[in-house]
Amino acid sequence: MLDLLAGFIGELRAIGLPVSLTEHMDAARALELVDLGDRSQVRDSLAATLVKRSDHLPAFLQAFDVYFAMRPGAPAAAEPEGATAAGGDDGGGAGAGGGGEGLSAEELSDLIYRALRDDNGVQLRAGARAAVARYAGMEPGRPVGGTYYLYRTLRYLELEALERRLLDGAPGTGGLQQRLARDDAHGRIERLKSEVERAIREHLVEDRGAEALARSLRRPLPEDVDVMHANRDELAALERALRPLSRKLATRLARRRRRRRRGPVDLRATVRQSLSTGGVPLELRFRPPRPAKPEIFVVADVSGSVASFARFTLHLVHAISSQFSRVRSFVFVDGLDEVTSYFEGVDDPAEAVRRINAEADVVAFDGHSDYGHALSVFRDRYADQVTRRTTVLILGDARNNYHLARADVLADVRARARHVYWLNPEPRSYWNSGDSIIEQYARHCDGVVECRTLRQLEAFVGDLG
Amino acid sequence: MSSLDPREELASRLGLPAAPPVHFSSPSDVRERLAAHDYLSDDAIASTTFLSDRLAKPVLIEGPAGTGKTALARAVAEATDSRLVRLQCYEGLDESKALYEWNYRKQLLRIQAGRSDQGGAEEWERLEEDIFAGEFLLTRPLLEAITADEPVVLLIDEVDRVELETEALLLEILSEYQVSIPELGTVRARQIPLVFLTSNSTRELSEALKRRCLYLYLGYPDVARERDIILARVPGVRAALAQQIAEVVRSLRGLDLKKAPSVSETLDWARTLVVLGRDEIGVDETVDTLAVLLKYQSDIERAAAALRERPPAGA
Repeated sequence: MLDLLAGFIGELRAIGLPVSLTEHMDAARALELVDLGDRSQVRDSLAATLVKRSDHLPAFLQAFDVYFAMRPGAPAAAEPEGATAAGGDDGGGAGAGGGGEGLSAEELSDLIYRALRDDNGVQLRAGARAAVARYAGMEPGRPVGGTYYLYRTLRYLELEALERRLLDGAPGTGGLQQRLARDDAHGRIERLKSEVERAIREHLVEDRGAEALARSLRRPLPEDVDVMHANRDELAALERALRPLSRKLATRLARRRRRRRRGPVDLRATVRQSLSTGGVPLELRFRPPRPAKPEIFVVADVSGSVASFARFTLHLVHAISSQFSRVRSFVFVDGLDEVTSYFEGVDDPAEAVRRINAEADVVAFDGHSDYGHALSVFRDRYADQVTRRTTVLILGDARNNYHLARADVLADVRARARHVYWLNPEPRSYWNSGDSIIEQYARHCDGVVECRTLRQLEAFVGDLG
Repeated sequence: MSSLDPREELASRLGLPAAPPVHFSSPSDVRERLAAHDYLSDDAIASTTFLSDRLAKPVLIEGPAGTGKTALARAVAEATDSRLVRLQCYEGLDESKALYEWNYRKQLLRIQAGRSDQGGAEEWERLEEDIFAGEFLLTRPLLEAITADEPVVLLIDEVDRVELETEALLLEILSEYQVSIPELGTVRARQIPLVFLTSNSTRELSEALKRRCLYLYLGYPDVARERDIILARVPGVRAALAQQIAEVVRSLRGLDLKKAPSVSETLDWARTLVVLGRDEIGVDETVDTLAVLLKYQSDIERAAAALRERPPAGA
């Protein structure tokens, strides 16, 4: 058991969860106290002792499923067996529980339908296993994470039809009832999906062992995902992570601004305070500080290659705009357009960002990034509004498609502004290769920052205030 | 693992004659006893509370507002017949508000009262010993929790509101169950209090703090549990109505809202519907009373639109 735990913790560390030695010991002690035959107790105890951030929980659960799946001697071993047996009895055929070979396609689909309808977890698990055995077409020894098997199994299960069937059985005719029934059916289908996923994973563990599977399943944590190369699910996860992140950032900036410097001594309050100590002024009172808030100009490249990064940064900066005296945004490809008004009066910055993609007038010629031209337009039209209190952020990979660099333009802007920062979403090792000319611009910036992940973006914005 | 029981280890460090009796015998015991005080827990809550008792470690509870973080601490206090000592955190909280403070006004009076005609060195010596005695010490929640003789549940509420530096104040008490007062020495706990910290995660807590705690994330409950919570906490509500309420709330949480309805708002809504005498709810009643559930006008509009929208054909 302790070896298993050590391997599991090694895997968590490999994913990027910081597990300390104390936490390891706590987990070991916790396992001595709980009932090892109860899988959920084991899982909850490990989660309580090893995971200290809610956004790390999904990664933990996935690793837990891999490591504490069908292992001889592992606490989980007893439970799935009972589940299969029960499923077999109800499935209506001898030997059906084992792999579902005895069931016809209709019988199997019926078994799953009934399990979903009655909310029977044990049967649902049995059904999912049978479906995987029947449809996934697993080939032993292939080093895959199982996404393909999942896709195949789900296609054969015809989830839409199943969901409709669940809805037909639901009572109620009113609009609200229908809506609730739909949500309910949807939730049940989701549960089926995760059961299938789990069944596939169990097979893969059996086939290749937990360590190997864990390696191919390993995904970066949301804050470490490379924004430029994120797939759709990861982008959605990032989008979700943005809201709490921006709230945290705003709190941090506000706090630091208030605390950074004490105001002048408040004589009135000091004297008032001294009365309670018999006129001896034991404590000085200070006026609260009122430092000025900076003004932010964001100039973002929204051409295809870096669009998602620009979206995230605009979203984030506007979400914390209350921490700045003013935020103005400009987007460009080879032309440049101000988009500040899109964010005004809109509750949700994501909404505004979507409109920018559709409406902003950013293409002047051929739709390939032209930093030189875009920056000149910025200088000609808006540079006179840049003041000593303005911080200019330029977002882009500086891949100029071999157009003129016009770095002198940036020098003009910097002469007027407080700071000019360049955020580059490319890894540092790619800079200045091919048509990237970040070096030429870097000379006229106060800093060029590699900004590939949410974590890096957060760190940068957090230092802005 | 050749481990001493963590409770006994801690007890011997604190100089207690024996480890105080444990509060719970198993996670299911936790569940039952919390349920007896109208707090419906789930597996994670029960296991974590149980471990907190057995490992003598504080629990850090995170999650959206209104999901029962504070209520859990209160329920545990009731279930274990302990006194609840609560420290509400806020920005600017310091040790004079959290731990202890010398009552310097009283000290000053003592000095002035003692300033007699003879004066002299030995008079001052006596005085000095005198004014740093327990008599002049104002205990604040943390010290109070530690020095109590009866069982105590210590709740440190919204710990994310204090500054990072202030967090360090808590570390000694969280890991060693003791407080060091420079003038008096170290005050050790006389029992092992159950400690709960809550956080709305408006900022990341320090690693040092997290390492000393068990972690529990309290999200929104699923439909069945929320229904049971409504049934337990709202008198006079029918089971069918509770089920419907829980389903509507789940539906609303699925929308992309600024602030999803919390459990406490669900309970408010259920009470509203009971007062209005409803046994069933339709779209109109829901839309009319949305203001109880949602706190932003834009959310209310969005939810109303979503509830009114016709389901797609065939569904």
